[in-house]
Amino acid sequence: MGIRFVLLVNKQGQTRLAQYYEHLSIDQRTALEGEIVRKCLVRTDQQCSFVEHRNYKVVYRRYASLFFLVGVDNEENELAILEFIHLLVETLDRYFGNVCELDIMIHLEKVHFIVEEMVVNGCIVETNKSNILMPIQLMEKAA
Amino acid sequence: MADLIINPFSSGTRLRDMIRSIRACKTAAEERAVVRKECAAIRAAISENDHDYRHRNLAKLMFIHMLGYPTHFGQMECLKAIASAGFPEKRIGYLGLMLLLDERQEVLMLVTNSLKQDLNHSNQYIVGIALCALGNICSAEMARDLAPEVERLLQSRDPNIRKKAALCSVRIIKKVPDLAENFMSPAAVLLKEKHHGALISGVQLCTELCKVSEEALDYLRKKCTEGVVKVLKDVVNSPYQPEYDIAGITDPFLHIRLLRLLRVLGQGDADASDYMNDILAQVATKTETNKNAGNAILYECVETIMSIEDNSGLRVLAINILGRFLSNRDNNIRYVALNMLMRAIAVDAQAVQRHRATILECVKDTDASIRKRALELVYLLVNDSNVKSLTKELIDYLEVSDQDFKGDLSAKICSIVEKFSLEKIWYIDQMLKVLSEAGNFVKDDVWHALIVVISNASDLHGYTVRSLYRAFQTSGEQESLVRVTVWCIGEYGEMLVNNMGMLNKEEPITVTESDAVDVLETAMRRHTSDITTRAMTLIALLKLSSRFPSCSQRVNDIIVEHKGNFVLELQQRSIEFNKIIERHQNIRSTLLESMPVLDETTYNGRKAGSLATTVQASTGSSISLPNGDVKPTAVPLVDLLDLSSDDTPAPSSSGVDPLQDLLGVDLTSTPSVSGLEGSSKAPVDSLLDLLSIGTPSVQNDSSKLDILSASNRSTQSANSLDMLSSLSSSLATPVSAPASSAPMMDLLDGLSPIVPKTDTVTFTPPGLSETNGSVYPSITAFKSSSLKMEFSFSKQPGNPQTTLIHATFSNMSSNNYTNFIFQAAVPKFVQLHLDPASSNSLPANGKGSITQNFKVTNTQQGQKNLAMRVRIAYKVNNQDMLEQGQINNFPPGL
Repeated sequence: MGIRFVLLVNKQGQTRLAQYYEHLSIDQRTALEGEIVRKCLVRTDQQCSFVEHRNYKVVYRRYASLFFLVGVDNEENELAILEFIHLLVETLDRYFGNVCELDIMIHLEKVHFIVEEMVVNGCIVETNKSNILMPIQLMEKAA
Repeated sequence: MADLIINPFSSGTRLRDMIRSIRACKTAAEERAVVRKECAAIRAAISENDHDYRHRNLAKLMFIHMLGYPTHFGQMECLKAIASAGFPEKRIGYLGLMLLLDERQEVLMLVTNSLKQDLNHSNQYIVGIALCALGNICSAEMARDLAPEVERLLQSRDPNIRKKAALCSVRIIKKVPDLAENFMSPAAVLLKEKHHGALISGVQLCTELCKVSEEALDYLRKKCTEGVVKVLKDVVNSPYQPEYDIAGITDPFLHIRLLRLLRVLGQGDADASDYMNDILAQVATKTETNKNAGNAILYECVETIMSIEDNSGLRVLAINILGRFLSNRDNNIRYVALNMLMRAIAVDAQAVQRHRATILECVKDTDASIRKRALELVYLLVNDSNVKSLTKELIDYLEVSDQDFKGDLSAKICSIVEKFSLEKIWYIDQMLKVLSEAGNFVKDDVWHALIVVISNASDLHGYTVRSLYRAFQTSGEQESLVRVTVWCIGEYGEMLVNNMGMLNKEEPITVTESDAVDVLETAMRRHTSDITTRAMTLIALLKLSSRFPSCSQRVNDIIVEHKGNFVLELQQRSIEFNKIIERHQNIRSTLLESMPVLDETTYNGRKAGSLATTVQASTGSSISLPNGDVKPTAVPLVDLLDLSSDDTPAPSSSGVDPLQDLLGVDLTSTPSVSGLEGSSKAPVDSLLDLLSIGTPSVQNDSSKLDILSASNRSTQSANSLDMLSSLSSSLATPVSAPASSAPMMDLLDGLSPIVPKTDTVTFTPPGLSETNGSVYPSITAFKSSSLKMEFSFSKQPGNPQTTLIHATFSNMSSNNYTNFIFQAAVPKFVQLHLDPASSNSLPANGKGSITQNFKVTNTQQGQKNLAMRVRIAYKVNNQDMLEQGQINNFPPGL
């Protein structure tokens, strides 16, 4: 199992999306998020996109005011996770059309659906954007 | 969308409105108030069984959950949503289930049935979301219940179902490895998929199967190696596919998963490795290197080449790729290169050594992640031939490094210097440099070890104390440097003043006696000095008072200042020392002699055995045997002497206790003591109290000193015993004062408080049969549902009492253990010496083991059997776990 969590955090450090693939209690989560965000936010663009924290390796990428953070275990290919983050952003972009923080907040459940189509149990399951978005678009048509 | 319907009669607000009001909050308190109000509304809606707003309420709950508020009351609502017929309801229900619940909760039992129905549903999308939910939250019980459904769905006609079923299977076999064999052949079929999603999931399933089951590994290796190589070939050579394009490269994720599966198949199998050589060479040479996605593939490819069976041509290729990565300007690439080189070191250390200069540069990088990786790599690169130059580089860098990096860096340097100490002078020099630069960051055992080494290097005492004196002038703010300096000046102060034992390379310095006392005074008055430093300084001052008679009065003045110290320990010491200086001239020089050389082997053994010590500290009381010898006064004394509380204080110990020595207590060198020792134990105790850092109160001092001086003047022991009897009543109360024990422990800080008596002389009872060479059966010493510990035994020839135990731990659960610590405690008649464990992490499902050797010496062999208490601590998913047990099934006669 590669991916342990996917986090979206804004520049102020507020969590905008949190999906964990292992169980953590609420307190553990808030503590973990706080620590990681503090570590990542202070890093500059020139520094590498990987931060080691506890037994996680956090791969992060910044898009405007949003940070995408993916926690992985030590076995995972960090460069591939960087590409995965980009793929996630492109998919969100295609769905929302130039996605912004507010889109993600208001359509929290849809973002979760998209992530769910891409990652199951910490493993990447689909990388084709049309395949990812199809079930969600179908559901909208039905509704 | 349900939350777009505005019902004027509903008190609930839309999700959008809730977010707006939460965002408008200026303080955390306001936010809490808004959330509380919303939660109350949702609870009300739930209790009214409000269907119309279920979707909206669940969406709100998810948002609230994300903010870190408790949302357990929404759990049943999720189950209701799942049980409803409509797809959108189900969808949000399952999402809520995944977010708000987890496998630990009993509520999950209730959902198993709904999941089963949905897995058999005719609508493919409903099956899809059920699989997804199961894949994310499945527990072991659910895995057993629902495995047949998932197995069937692996062969579904819809590839979107197959891909999710495959990842669901990954979860199932991880939870219940026994089920692996059911999934072997369907997994092999998945490798022939054309649909990328199904293929990548199938590859991941195969990889996991190989990890959890040997049988599956053999099966897949035989059946699929060729197939996987062919798939990879097709993917590599496939024409441009826009829908899977990532920065111009077709599906790097699939590449990576395939390479990873090849790695698992090739590891330890020469034939399979041989078969994949060509394609690996092709990937390594043909992949584009100017894109991140391409580099991701290369990185994975290198790792596969390093892990599979040896092929020198490929390895050269791989190391070259890493070399290229290392010189890349992109920090990400450099980071992974360092990461990879660390693994490559085991395969080809020489090749990695070639990049030493570059790696050393990375230690000085501005990026903390890169620095950390590089430092660990450098640590692995050190060997006898390069240790001097590398240490110099690292120490030079220590001067300019970031404050928050100094801790890591100095710890690594110290451990390099200790590991490769070529000659004592080099060791001492390097350590002084580290302490001068980062003395505030080093751990206690570092300077303890340094003191032991200094004490053993008798020809360097003068040199060391002078170097320390110089270092103190420039780096007096480094706590551990101050401590070592203070200790050395106390012990070897006269060498500082007389320039004794000059080395050729040394420049003479002029230090007067009062300069030396200045140093101690500075250390005493420095406001950052903690109690340990101050206590050490007091002792050093006392020692100087006899060595520098001219400064005696000044020393006394400094000591007297602390008579009113708030810290009981310091106050008491000051008063005692003051009395010694003022009233006991005749014994002072004997009392304050230099310490004998500290025993290095005992200290090192102690360091290695310190694991065991913590157990004794915690379980000491429960296993302590009633011991008539231990008087009330002995309890603090025992602490002081660094012996475990269930041991009798044994002045007969052969290895001189380093701590005891450090504090200037020397039992054997004071002639008066040995006389008393024979007559009674009690005087020894009280004497020890006096000389060291015990706890008797002030009024006892004079009488005890009387004992001492009396015996010194060789008066009859009856006399001193008389005095003792008058003492005993006054001793009993103050000694047990609990308040004083804490600072005392502080004072002894670091040199592990309680240690089993590994250094006691053992004697072989006569007439004991030689047990050399006899073989003892291995035992399963400890077994729980999650952990197994096996012991095998061997004997050292010529030492029948000592048994070498080889312990093997294996993890029976499906979670990996980290921070694994094994601790053991033994009864009084047994001595235990633990070696470090082979590792501190234990992979799941018995797929690896930790081994640890230890040595037990049964002093009553033949009369009593071995017994042991064990405590095993480890972390599972970051949660601390603790298992304890008692081992009584040792083979008899050990």
